Amino acid sequence: MTLTRDGIAYRVALDLPEGSYVNLGVGIPVLVANYLDPRKEIFLHSENGILGVGPKPSRGQEDLDLISAGKGYCTLTAGACLFDQTISFTMMRGGHLTHAVLGAIEVAANGDFANWRIPGQSLPGVGGAMDLAVGVPNIFIAMNQVTNKGEPKIVNRCVAPLTARGCVKRIFTDIAVIDIERDGLVLRELLPGLTPDDIRKTTDAPLKVAADYREINVPPTFKGIQLHS
Amino acid sequence: MRRGTPLIISKRSARNIHRIVAAILPQRLPIERGSIKQLAQTISYETVVINKILMSCSEAVESVFDGATVMFGGFGNAGMPGQLIDALRTRGRRDLVIVSNGAGTGDFALGALFGDGFARKWVGSFPSPAAKAFRERYLKGEIELELVPQGTLVERIRAGGAGLGGFFTPTGAGTELAAGKETRIIGGREFVFELPLSADFAFLKAYRGDRLGNLSYRGTMRNFNMVMATAAKFVVAEVDEVVPVGGLDPEEIHTPGIFVDHVVQVARHPRLLEVESPSREKAP
Repeated sequence: MTLTRDGIAYRVALDLPEGSYVNLGVGIPVLVANYLDPRKEIFLHSENGILGVGPKPSRGQEDLDLISAGKGYCTLTAGACLFDQTISFTMMRGGHLTHAVLGAIEVAANGDFANWRIPGQSLPGVGGAMDLAVGVPNIFIAMNQVTNKGEPKIVNRCVAPLTARGCVKRIFTDIAVIDIERDGLVLRELLPGLTPDDIRKTTDAPLKVAADYREINVPPTFKGIQLHS
Repeated sequence: MRRGTPLIISKRSARNIHRIVAAILPQRLPIERGSIKQLAQTISYETVVINKILMSCSEAVESVFDGATVMFGGFGNAGMPGQLIDALRTRGRRDLVIVSNGAGTGDFALGALFGDGFARKWVGSFPSPAAKAFRERYLKGEIELELVPQGTLVERIRAGGAGLGGFFTPTGAGTELAAGKETRIIGGREFVFELPLSADFAFLKAYRGDRLGNLSYRGTMRNFNMVMATAAKFVVAEVDEVVPVGGLDPEEIHTPGIFVDHVVQVARHPRLLEVESPSREKAP
């Protein structure tokens, strides 16, 4: 068993506390929005100029002037605000957002990560990834433990072009939750049925195990969506 | 006639308002008969000293020259000045340096501009998968790319508009986008020096404007439009609606008219009115 993309997103959402200001990157991270506890006040930031991104509008309710960073139509939550790029990136780079959840190609044991350019990619694009990485205090990475070819994505040193150095705090994968601390990787949670050695086998860097490590608590389904596979 | 001289327009002279306005404006503008009524609505009958209204996008792009640096506002389709871009495509120029966040969202407006081959270089942050024309040109080596992290792009434009000589940012430190750039350790952390960025022209999209150049936006249209308004020698905004002076609440003017040279009222680019568009990705 592993967690689905939605399963990873569900687990990330549990770690976003009331009052957090969060930017969600493309891929698995945007799915986190679907699993936030509605009882918590959490503001989603979109770098094109929104704090308080709401759900996708229903058909016919789209506003041409209101899109989120993924270029899709969105709505605003109560208390949302709109602003320009200078203010938006002041929030990001200036350390005002509390969390960013990003995808990654590789994450290194020293907190470096790479997510903006796949090696060999013909046309690069960077967007706001580097600004989030240097500015947001809690950088969470949501990704699979290994590549499609089964190669570890958590490594000693990144080979892919870096997004930023030493900034990742926590990695959420389809089988584990791993913290990056001063002296390296620490396993916090793993899927039921797996052992710390199973996680080590798919991690290409030394991995300590927290004394109080536990099982990932993600239900098999949520509102009909598969969280396990 | 001196600047500031009150101009009282009688009913009779109102019929010749295009001649009067043409005489007092600093530059003679081609004003067509059909547009007189529209123009008359935008100016005061009492005192006419400033009128930044243009009647067409083609006038707005007339002065763009070969080799010019041109900024375009917009993030995705929101706040993209599609009609001004199309006017520039019709005008046709060579060796332009384009500054924009993305490289277009399809085969129209900004996306198509790259296909026309008018640009020598693009300074931008994120060419989306929908930016096909730019991609083709780039892969053939026909256009130069200066890739800039989005926040650095914003701040370089801000520095250009705010009269600053550059700034140190932590963004990009230790990455290939900082290669060859000056760095400095400040407070124990590495910062990268970035230069200001300004342009000869900035073409913007706003929601409403007045003859003084004041602009207001809605939704996520503000994006790069507000900062680009400050950083070019010649700034034109296309707007959905021109309102009389005083028609914009001073509390809601996002771009002060001091930054804006001209305002054009024009219907939105038809492709930017399509709700369903192939470039639309998943929300949020």
